[in-house]
Amino acid sequence: MQHVVVLGGGVGGTLAANLIARKLKKQIAAGEARVTVVDETGNHAYQPGYMYIAMGQERAEKLVRPERKLLDGNVELIVDTIEKIDPAGQTVQLASGKRLDYGQLVIATGSRIVPEEIEHFDTEAHHFYTAGAAASLRKALDAFTGGRIVIGIAGIPYKCPPAPLEVAFLIESELRERGLRDRTELTFLSPINRAFTIESVSDMATPIFEEKGIRVELLAGVSEIDAERKVVITDAFEEHPYDLLICVPPHKGAQALIDSGLAPKSGWLPTDRNTLQVKTVAKPAPGQADADVPRFTNVYALGDTTDLPLSKAGSTAHFEAPIVAERVAAAVQGRKPGGKHASYTGKVMCFFEVGDGKGTLLQFDYDHPPKPPKPGKIWHLGKIVFNKTYWHTVPKGRV
Amino acid sequence: MTETTIPTVTRTLDARGSFCPGPLMELIRGMKESEVGDVLAILSTDKGSKTDIPKWIGKAGHNLIGVYTRDGYDEIIVEKVR
Repeated sequence: MQHVVVLGGGVGGTLAANLIARKLKKQIAAGEARVTVVDETGNHAYQPGYMYIAMGQERAEKLVRPERKLLDGNVELIVDTIEKIDPAGQTVQLASGKRLDYGQLVIATGSRIVPEEIEHFDTEAHHFYTAGAAASLRKALDAFTGGRIVIGIAGIPYKCPPAPLEVAFLIESELRERGLRDRTELTFLSPINRAFTIESVSDMATPIFEEKGIRVELLAGVSEIDAERKVVITDAFEEHPYDLLICVPPHKGAQALIDSGLAPKSGWLPTDRNTLQVKTVAKPAPGQADADVPRFTNVYALGDTTDLPLSKAGSTAHFEAPIVAERVAAAVQGRKPGGKHASYTGKVMCFFEVGDGKGTLLQFDYDHPPKPPKPGKIWHLGKIVFNKTYWHTVPKGRV
Repeated sequence: MTETTIPTVTRTLDARGSFCPGPLMELIRGMKESEVGDVLAILSTDKGSKTDIPKWIGKAGHNLIGVYTRDGYDEIIVEKVR
Protein backbone atom coordinates (compact mmCIF):
# COMPACT_ATOMS: atom_id res chain seq x y z
CA MET A 1 0.00 0.00 0.00
CA GLN A 2 1.48 3.33 -1.08
CA HIS A 3 0.29 6.27 0.99
CA VAL A 4 0.39 9.65 -0.75
CA VAL A 5 0.20 12.44 1.80
CA VAL A 6 -0.55 15.98 0.67
CA LEU A 7 0.12 18.74 3.20
CA GLY A 8 -2.11 21.76 2.69
CA GLY A 9 -5.56 22.25 1.19
CA GLY A 10 -4.99 25.41 -0.82
CA VAL A 11 -5.00 25.61 -4.61
CA GLY A 12 -1.86 23.48 -5.01
CA GLY A 13 -2.65 20.79 -2.44
CA THR A 14 -6.29 20.39 -3.45
CA LEU A 15 -5.64 20.23 -7.17
CA ALA A 16 -2.60 17.94 -6.80
CA ALA A 17 -4.54 15.55 -4.54
CA ASN A 18 -7.48 15.42 -6.96
CA LEU A 19 -5.25 14.82 -9.97
CA ILE A 20 -3.26 12.13 -8.12
CA ALA A 21 -6.47 10.39 -7.03
CA ARG A 22 -7.70 10.47 -10.62
CA LYS A 23 -4.44 8.98 -11.94
CA LEU A 24 -4.36 6.32 -9.21
CA LYS A 25 -8.04 5.40 -9.46
CA LYS A 26 -7.29 1.72 -10.19
CA GLN A 27 -4.66 1.43 -7.46
CA ILE A 28 -7.00 3.07 -4.92
CA ALA A 29 -9.86 0.73 -5.90
CA ALA A 30 -7.53 -2.26 -5.54
CA GLY A 31 -6.39 -1.11 -2.09
CA GLU A 32 -2.84 -0.57 -3.35
CA ALA A 33 -2.76 3.21 -2.81
CA ARG A 34 -4.48 5.91 -0.78
CA VAL A 35 -4.35 9.70 -0.91
CA THR A 36 -4.70 11.89 2.19
CA VAL A 37 -4.83 15.67 2.45
CA VAL A 38 -3.92 17.31 5.76
CA ASP A 39 -5.30 20.81 6.19
CA GLU A 40 -5.22 23.05 9.23
CA THR A 41 -8.71 24.50 8.92
CA GLY A 42 -10.68 22.16 6.69
CA ASN A 43 -11.80 25.21 4.76
CA HIS A 44 -10.54 26.36 1.38
CA ALA A 45 -10.26 30.11 0.88
CA TYR A 46 -10.10 31.76 -2.53
CA GLN A 47 -7.52 34.34 -1.53
CA PRO A 48 -7.40 36.38 -4.76
CA GLY A 49 -10.90 37.51 -3.85
CA TYR A 50 -9.72 39.37 -0.75
CA MET A 51 -8.56 42.35 -2.79
CA TYR A 52 -12.10 42.71 -4.13
CA ILE A 53 -13.49 42.83 -0.57
CA ALA A 54 -11.25 45.86 -0.07
CA MET A 55 -12.61 47.33 -3.30
CA GLY A 56 -16.21 46.79 -2.13
CA GLN A 57 -16.95 44.24 -4.85
CA GLU A 58 -16.89 40.95 -2.95
CA ARG A 59 -18.18 39.39 0.26
CA ALA A 60 -16.03 37.25 2.59
CA GLU A 61 -18.56 34.42 2.85
CA LYS A 62 -18.43 33.89 -0.93
CA LEU A 63 -14.71 33.15 -0.75
CA VAL A 64 -14.69 30.10 1.55
CA ARG A 65 -15.91 26.55 0.98
CA PRO A 66 -15.41 23.32 2.92
CA GLU A 67 -12.30 21.56 1.63
CA ARG A 68 -14.16 18.23 1.72
CA LYS A 69 -16.54 19.44 -0.99
CA LEU A 70 -13.65 20.26 -3.33
CA LEU A 71 -11.84 16.96 -2.92
CA ASP A 72 -12.32 13.86 -5.02
CA GLY A 73 -14.30 11.15 -3.19
CA ASN A 74 -11.18 8.98 -3.17
CA VAL A 75 -9.17 11.54 -1.19
CA GLU A 76 -9.22 11.36 2.61
CA LEU A 77 -9.12 14.64 4.57
CA ILE A 78 -7.55 15.11 7.97
CA VAL A 79 -8.07 18.48 9.70
CA ASP A 80 -5.00 18.91 11.86
CA THR A 81 -1.87 21.04 12.25
CA ILE A 82 1.40 19.85 10.76
CA GLU A 83 4.16 19.89 13.35
CA LYS A 84 7.13 18.13 11.83
CA ILE A 85 8.19 16.25 8.74
CA ASP A 86 10.79 13.49 8.99
CA PRO A 87 11.97 12.62 5.47
CA ALA A 88 14.35 9.93 6.76
CA GLY A 89 11.60 8.10 8.61
CA GLN A 90 9.00 9.10 5.98
CA THR A 91 6.57 10.38 8.58
CA VAL A 92 4.58 13.53 9.31
CA GLN A 93 3.86 14.42 12.94
CA LEU A 94 0.53 16.18 13.55
CA ALA A 95 -0.42 18.38 16.51
CA SER A 96 -3.12 15.94 17.63
CA GLY A 97 -0.43 13.34 18.26
CA LYS A 98 -1.28 11.39 15.13
CA ARG A 99 1.68 10.34 12.99
CA LEU A 100 1.27 9.66 9.27
CA ASP A 101 3.56 7.33 7.33
CA TYR A 102 4.00 8.22 3.70
CA GLY A 103 5.45 6.71 0.56
CA GLN A 104 5.11 9.94 -1.41
CA LEU A 105 4.82 13.39 0.15
CA VAL A 106 3.50 16.59 -1.44
CA ILE A 107 4.14 19.79 0.50
CA ALA A 108 1.70 22.59 -0.30
CA THR A 109 1.71 24.46 2.98
CA GLY A 110 1.76 27.87 1.27
CA SER A 111 2.84 31.15 2.75
CA ARG A 112 1.77 33.04 5.84
CA ILE A 113 1.81 36.70 6.68
CA VAL A 114 3.90 37.87 9.64
CA PRO A 115 2.83 41.51 10.22
CA GLU A 116 4.17 41.23 13.78
CA GLU A 117 7.69 41.49 12.36
CA ILE A 118 7.08 45.24 11.91
CA GLU A 119 6.21 47.19 15.02
CA HIS A 120 2.87 49.07 14.83
CA PHE A 121 1.91 47.25 11.61
CA ASP A 122 -1.28 45.84 13.13
CA THR A 123 -2.56 49.19 14.35
CA GLU A 124 -1.28 51.48 11.56
CA ALA A 125 -1.18 49.55 8.29
CA HIS A 126 -4.09 48.26 6.27
CA HIS A 127 -3.75 45.31 3.94
CA PHE A 128 -5.82 42.83 1.96
CA TYR A 129 -4.22 39.48 2.80
CA THR A 130 -7.04 38.23 5.01
CA ALA A 131 -10.78 38.71 4.61
CA GLY A 132 -10.91 40.66 7.89
CA ALA A 133 -8.06 42.99 6.95
CA ALA A 134 -9.60 43.62 3.54
CA ALA A 135 -12.94 44.52 5.14
CA SER A 136 -11.16 46.88 7.51
CA LEU A 137 -9.39 48.54 4.56
CA ARG A 138 -12.79 48.96 2.88
CA LYS A 139 -14.08 50.78 5.97
CA ALA A 140 -10.99 53.01 6.00
CA LEU A 141 -11.47 53.85 2.32
CA ASP A 142 -15.15 54.64 2.91
CA ALA A 143 -14.16 57.02 5.70
CA PHE A 144 -11.36 58.62 3.66
CA THR A 145 -12.03 62.19 2.59
CA GLY A 146 -8.63 63.16 1.21
CA GLY A 147 -5.00 63.27 2.27
CA ARG A 148 -1.92 61.14 1.71
CA ILE A 149 -2.28 57.47 0.82
CA VAL A 150 0.92 55.46 0.85
CA ILE A 151 0.95 51.95 -0.64
CA GLY A 152 4.04 49.95 0.27
CA ILE A 153 5.55 46.48 0.41
CA ALA A 154 7.35 45.07 3.45
CA GLY A 155 9.56 42.44 1.90
CA ILE A 156 9.76 40.22 -1.15
CA PRO A 157 8.48 37.60 -1.86
CA TYR A 158 4.81 38.10 -1.07
CA LYS A 159 1.57 36.64 -2.34
CA CYS A 160 0.27 37.83 -5.71
CA PRO A 161 3.00 40.27 -6.84
CA PRO A 162 0.72 42.47 -8.98
CA ALA A 163 -1.77 42.99 -6.13
CA PRO A 164 -0.31 46.18 -4.58
CA LEU A 165 -0.06 47.76 -8.02
CA GLU A 166 -3.62 46.71 -8.80
CA VAL A 167 -4.80 48.18 -5.50
CA ALA A 168 -3.03 51.46 -6.29
CA PHE A 169 -4.71 51.64 -9.71
CA LEU A 170 -8.15 50.61 -8.42
CA ILE A 171 -8.05 53.08 -5.52
CA GLU A 172 -7.00 55.87 -7.87
CA SER A 173 -10.02 55.11 -10.09
CA GLU A 174 -12.32 54.98 -7.08
CA LEU A 175 -11.07 58.30 -5.72
CA ARG A 176 -11.70 59.93 -9.11
CA GLU A 177 -15.24 58.56 -9.17
CA ARG A 178 -15.84 59.84 -5.64
CA GLY A 179 -14.47 63.29 -6.48
CA LEU A 180 -11.61 62.90 -4.00
CA ARG A 181 -8.69 62.57 -6.40
CA ASP A 182 -7.75 66.28 -6.29
CA ARG A 183 -7.57 66.12 -2.52
CA THR A 184 -5.42 62.97 -2.43
CA GLU A 185 -1.73 62.39 -2.89
CA LEU A 186 -0.98 58.77 -3.84
CA THR A 187 2.49 57.28 -3.36
CA PHE A 188 3.60 53.77 -4.32
CA LEU A 189 6.75 52.46 -2.63
CA SER A 190 8.53 49.79 -4.65
CA PRO A 191 11.19 47.80 -2.78
CA ILE A 192 13.26 47.32 -5.94
CA ASN A 193 14.75 49.51 -8.64
CA ARG A 194 11.63 49.47 -10.83
CA ALA A 195 7.89 49.41 -10.28
CA PHE A 196 7.57 45.61 -10.62
CA THR A 197 9.95 42.66 -10.38
CA ILE A 198 9.50 41.52 -13.99
CA GLU A 199 10.97 44.13 -16.34
CA SER A 200 8.36 43.87 -19.13
CA VAL A 201 5.50 44.23 -16.62
CA SER A 202 7.27 47.15 -14.99
CA ASP A 203 7.56 48.79 -18.44
CA MET A 204 3.82 48.31 -18.89
CA ALA A 205 2.89 49.57 -15.41
CA THR A 206 5.20 52.61 -15.18
CA PRO A 207 3.30 54.75 -17.73
CA ILE A 208 0.02 53.83 -15.99
CA PHE A 209 1.39 55.16 -12.70
CA GLU A 210 2.44 58.35 -14.55
CA GLU A 211 -0.92 58.72 -16.30
CA LYS A 212 -2.75 58.34 -13.00
CA GLY A 213 -0.46 60.76 -11.19
CA ILE A 214 0.68 58.16 -8.66
CA ARG A 215 4.17 58.97 -7.40
CA VAL A 216 6.47 55.93 -7.49
CA GLU A 217 9.45 55.74 -5.15
CA LEU A 218 12.03 53.08 -6.04
CA LEU A 219 14.28 51.08 -3.69
CA ALA A 220 11.81 51.92 -0.96
CA GLY A 221 10.86 48.72 0.85
CA VAL A 222 8.87 49.35 4.03
CA SER A 223 11.06 48.73 7.06
CA GLU A 224 9.51 50.59 10.00
CA ILE A 225 6.37 52.48 10.94
CA ASP A 226 6.51 55.50 13.22
CA ALA A 227 2.97 55.44 14.57
CA GLU A 228 3.27 58.68 16.51
CA ARG A 229 4.41 60.78 13.55
CA LYS A 230 2.40 58.72 11.02
CA VAL A 231 5.47 58.15 8.91
CA VAL A 232 6.59 55.03 7.11
CA ILE A 233 10.37 54.50 7.00
CA THR A 234 11.98 52.60 4.13
CA ASP A 235 14.96 50.26 4.33
CA ALA A 236 16.98 53.10 2.73
CA PHE A 237 15.96 55.31 5.72
CA GLU A 238 13.64 57.58 3.73
CA GLU A 239 10.44 58.79 5.37
CA HIS A 240 6.98 59.00 3.81
CA PRO A 241 4.16 60.57 5.80
CA TYR A 242 0.70 59.03 5.44
CA ASP A 243 -2.89 59.57 6.42
CA LEU A 244 -3.83 56.11 5.15
CA LEU A 245 -1.18 53.41 4.96
CA ILE A 246 -1.72 50.27 2.90
CA CYS A 247 1.14 47.82 3.13
CA VAL A 248 1.83 44.26 2.02
CA PRO A 249 2.89 42.51 5.25
CA PRO A 250 6.07 40.43 5.45
CA HIS A 251 5.56 36.81 4.34
CA LYS A 252 7.19 33.53 5.36
CA GLY A 253 6.83 29.85 4.58
CA ALA A 254 5.29 27.38 7.04
CA GLN A 255 6.92 27.16 10.48
CA ALA A 256 6.80 23.33 10.35
CA LEU A 257 9.20 23.38 7.39
CA ILE A 258 11.69 25.51 9.35
CA ASP A 259 11.25 23.34 12.46
CA SER A 260 11.87 20.22 10.37
CA GLY A 261 15.16 21.64 9.07
CA LEU A 262 13.88 21.47 5.50
CA ALA A 263 13.67 25.22 4.89
CA PRO A 264 15.89 28.13 5.98
CA LYS A 265 14.60 30.89 8.31
CA SER A 266 12.50 32.38 5.53
CA GLY A 267 10.50 29.16 5.35
CA TRP A 268 10.69 28.94 1.55
CA LEU A 269 11.37 25.34 0.65
CA PRO A 270 14.36 24.70 -1.64
CA THR A 271 12.78 23.01 -4.66
CA ASP A 272 13.99 21.74 -8.03
CA ARG A 273 12.69 24.12 -10.71
CA ASN A 274 11.75 21.32 -13.15
CA THR A 275 10.96 18.17 -11.16
CA LEU A 276 9.52 20.10 -8.16
CA GLN A 277 11.34 17.66 -5.88
CA VAL A 278 12.43 19.12 -2.56
CA LYS A 279 16.18 19.55 -2.09
CA THR A 280 17.81 17.72 0.79
CA VAL A 281 19.54 20.73 2.33
CA ALA A 282 17.93 23.97 3.47
CA LYS A 283 20.92 26.01 2.30
CA PRO A 284 23.69 24.74 0.03
CA ALA A 285 27.29 25.07 1.17
CA PRO A 286 29.04 28.22 -0.13
CA GLY A 287 29.96 27.68 -3.74
CA GLN A 288 28.07 24.37 -3.99
CA ALA A 289 26.43 24.10 -7.42
CA ASP A 290 22.67 23.66 -7.35
CA ALA A 291 22.91 20.51 -9.46
CA ASP A 292 25.13 18.95 -6.80
CA VAL A 293 22.46 19.28 -4.11
CA PRO A 294 20.63 15.93 -3.88
CA ARG A 295 16.82 15.92 -4.16
CA PHE A 296 14.43 13.75 -2.16
CA THR A 297 13.03 11.26 -4.64
CA ASN A 298 9.62 11.08 -2.95
CA VAL A 299 9.04 14.60 -1.60
CA TYR A 300 7.55 17.35 -3.80
CA ALA A 301 6.60 20.97 -3.22
CA LEU A 302 4.40 23.39 -5.11
CA GLY A 303 2.73 26.78 -4.89
CA ASP A 304 3.81 29.47 -2.44
CA THR A 305 5.74 26.84 -0.47
CA THR A 306 8.75 26.74 -2.81
CA ASP A 307 11.75 29.04 -3.15
CA LEU A 308 11.37 29.17 -6.94
CA PRO A 309 11.78 32.61 -8.56
CA LEU A 310 8.12 32.71 -9.59
CA SER A 311 5.00 34.55 -8.50
CA LYS A 312 3.57 33.36 -5.22
CA ALA A 313 0.12 32.95 -6.68
CA GLY A 314 -2.60 30.36 -7.14
CA SER A 315 -1.78 30.33 -10.83
CA THR A 316 1.73 29.01 -10.16
CA ALA A 317 0.33 26.21 -8.00
CA HIS A 318 -2.33 25.54 -10.64
CA PHE A 319 0.27 24.92 -13.35
CA GLU A 320 2.64 23.01 -11.06
CA ALA A 321 0.04 20.56 -9.74
CA PRO A 322 -0.17 18.43 -12.93
CA ILE A 323 3.61 17.91 -12.83
CA VAL A 324 3.56 16.82 -9.18
CA ALA A 325 0.57 14.55 -9.90
CA GLU A 326 2.26 12.92 -12.89
CA ARG A 327 5.51 12.32 -11.01
CA VAL A 328 3.81 10.98 -7.87
CA ALA A 329 1.48 8.73 -9.87
CA ALA A 330 4.40 7.45 -11.95
CA ALA A 331 6.35 6.56 -8.80
CA VAL A 332 3.37 4.69 -7.34
CA GLN A 333 2.76 2.88 -10.62
CA GLY A 334 6.44 2.02 -11.01
CA ARG A 335 6.92 3.85 -14.30
CA LYS A 336 8.85 6.87 -15.54
CA PRO A 337 7.04 10.24 -15.61
CA GLY A 338 5.94 10.98 -19.14
CA GLY A 339 3.93 13.29 -21.39
CA LYS A 340 3.67 17.06 -21.27
CA HIS A 341 3.47 17.10 -17.48
CA ALA A 342 6.73 15.25 -16.80
CA SER A 343 8.62 18.47 -16.11
CA TYR A 344 7.66 22.01 -15.03
CA THR A 345 8.56 24.85 -17.38
CA GLY A 346 7.75 27.69 -14.99
CA LYS A 347 4.37 28.42 -16.58
CA VAL A 348 2.29 31.07 -14.83
CA MET A 349 -0.72 33.00 -16.12
CA CYS A 350 -2.66 35.68 -14.32
CA PHE A 351 -4.80 38.73 -14.89
CA PHE A 352 -3.72 42.21 -13.83
CA GLU A 353 -6.24 44.96 -13.05
CA VAL A 354 -5.29 48.50 -14.07
CA GLY A 355 -8.48 50.30 -12.97
CA ASP A 356 -11.36 51.92 -14.89
CA GLY A 357 -12.71 48.45 -15.73
CA LYS A 358 -9.58 47.48 -17.63
CA GLY A 359 -6.96 44.80 -17.15
CA THR A 360 -4.20 42.91 -18.90
CA LEU A 361 -2.80 39.38 -18.91
CA LEU A 362 0.56 38.13 -17.66
CA GLN A 363 1.60 34.83 -19.17
CA PHE A 364 5.16 33.58 -18.84
CA ASP A 365 7.53 30.73 -18.05
CA TYR A 366 11.20 30.36 -17.07
CA ASP A 367 12.39 31.19 -20.58
CA HIS A 368 9.75 33.60 -21.83
CA PRO A 369 9.01 36.81 -19.91
CA PRO A 370 5.45 38.15 -20.11
CA LYS A 371 4.42 40.40 -22.97
CA PRO A 372 1.32 41.98 -21.47
CA PRO A 373 -1.26 43.01 -24.09
CA LYS A 374 -2.57 46.59 -24.13
CA PRO A 375 -4.90 46.95 -21.12
CA GLY A 376 -8.53 46.47 -22.10
CA LYS A 377 -11.95 45.58 -20.72
CA ILE A 378 -11.70 41.97 -21.96
CA TRP A 379 -8.94 41.06 -19.48
CA HIS A 380 -10.79 42.69 -16.57
CA LEU A 381 -13.89 40.67 -17.48
CA GLY A 382 -11.68 37.58 -17.84
CA LYS A 383 -10.51 38.01 -14.28
CA ILE A 384 -14.05 38.44 -12.96
CA VAL A 385 -15.30 35.33 -14.81
CA PHE A 386 -12.28 33.32 -13.62
CA ASN A 387 -12.88 34.38 -10.00
CA LYS A 388 -16.59 33.54 -10.15
CA THR A 389 -16.09 30.13 -11.75
CA TYR A 390 -13.03 29.13 -9.70
CA TRP A 391 -14.85 26.65 -7.45
CA HIS A 392 -16.02 24.57 -10.41
CA THR A 393 -12.84 24.71 -12.44
CA VAL A 394 -9.38 24.92 -10.84
CA PRO A 395 -9.58 22.66 -7.74
CA LYS A 396 -11.32 19.97 -9.77
CA GLY A 397 -8.73 20.08 -12.54
CA ARG A 398 -11.17 21.18 -15.22
CA VAL A 399 -8.93 23.94 -16.62
CA MET B 1 40.11 51.22 -3.86
CA THR B 2 42.43 48.42 -4.91
CA GLU B 3 41.65 44.88 -3.85
CA THR B 4 44.58 44.86 -1.46
CA THR B 5 42.99 47.64 0.60
CA ILE B 6 39.54 46.08 0.99
CA PRO B 7 38.68 45.97 4.68
CA THR B 8 38.13 42.55 6.24
CA VAL B 9 34.72 41.22 5.31
CA THR B 10 32.63 40.54 8.43
CA ARG B 11 29.98 38.48 6.67
CA THR B 12 29.53 37.04 3.19
CA LEU B 13 26.04 36.58 1.78
CA ASP B 14 26.02 34.03 -1.01
CA ALA B 15 23.07 34.87 -3.24
CA ARG B 16 24.45 33.11 -6.30
CA GLY B 17 21.75 31.34 -8.27
CA SER B 18 19.11 33.70 -6.90
CA PHE B 19 17.30 35.95 -9.38
CA CYS B 20 16.44 39.65 -9.13
CA PRO B 21 15.49 40.93 -6.60
CA GLY B 22 16.75 38.04 -4.42
CA PRO B 23 20.35 39.32 -3.96
CA LEU B 24 19.18 42.86 -3.08
CA MET B 25 16.66 41.47 -0.57
CA GLU B 26 19.39 39.23 0.95
CA LEU B 27 21.65 42.26 1.37
CA ILE B 28 18.91 44.39 2.95
CA ARG B 29 18.16 41.56 5.40
CA GLY B 30 21.87 41.09 6.10
CA MET B 31 22.38 44.81 6.74
CA LYS B 32 19.48 44.88 9.21
CA GLU B 33 21.09 42.04 11.16
CA SER B 34 24.55 43.70 11.18
CA GLU B 35 26.20 46.37 13.31
CA VAL B 36 27.50 49.75 12.15
CA GLY B 37 31.08 49.21 10.95
CA ASP B 38 30.43 45.67 9.68
CA VAL B 39 31.61 44.95 6.15
CA LEU B 40 29.34 42.71 4.10
CA ALA B 41 30.07 40.99 0.81
CA ILE B 42 27.21 39.87 -1.40
CA LEU B 43 27.88 37.33 -4.14
CA SER B 44 25.46 37.40 -7.05
CA THR B 45 25.11 35.80 -10.47
CA ASP B 46 22.17 38.06 -11.39
CA LYS B 47 23.30 40.67 -13.89
CA GLY B 48 21.02 43.36 -12.47
CA SER B 49 22.75 43.26 -9.07
CA LYS B 50 25.76 45.24 -10.32
CA THR B 51 23.55 48.29 -10.88
CA ASP B 52 20.65 47.84 -8.46
CA ILE B 53 22.65 47.02 -5.32
CA PRO B 54 25.07 50.00 -5.56
CA LYS B 55 22.02 52.27 -6.17
CA TRP B 56 20.35 51.01 -3.01
CA ILE B 57 23.60 51.34 -1.05
CA GLY B 58 23.89 54.97 -2.22
CA LYS B 59 20.27 55.71 -1.36
CA ALA B 60 20.60 54.17 2.10
CA GLY B 61 23.80 56.12 2.75
CA HIS B 62 26.04 53.10 3.32
CA ASN B 63 29.62 52.97 2.05
CA LEU B 64 30.09 51.06 -1.21
CA ILE B 65 33.58 49.65 -1.06
CA GLY B 66 33.57 48.08 -4.50
CA VAL B 67 32.00 45.90 -7.18
CA TYR B 68 34.29 43.10 -8.32
CA THR B 69 33.85 40.68 -11.20
CA ARG B 70 34.76 37.19 -10.06
CA ASP B 71 34.74 33.88 -11.90
CA GLY B 72 31.13 33.64 -13.06
CA TYR B 73 29.67 36.01 -10.46
CA ASP B 74 29.98 39.50 -9.00
CA GLU B 75 31.04 40.41 -5.49
CA ILE B 76 29.75 43.66 -4.04
CA ILE B 77 31.32 44.84 -0.79
CA VAL B 78 29.64 47.38 1.46
CA GLU B 79 30.26 48.89 4.87
CA LYS B 80 27.28 49.56 7.14
CA VAL B 81 27.54 53.16 8.31
CA ARG B 82 24.12 53.84 9.85
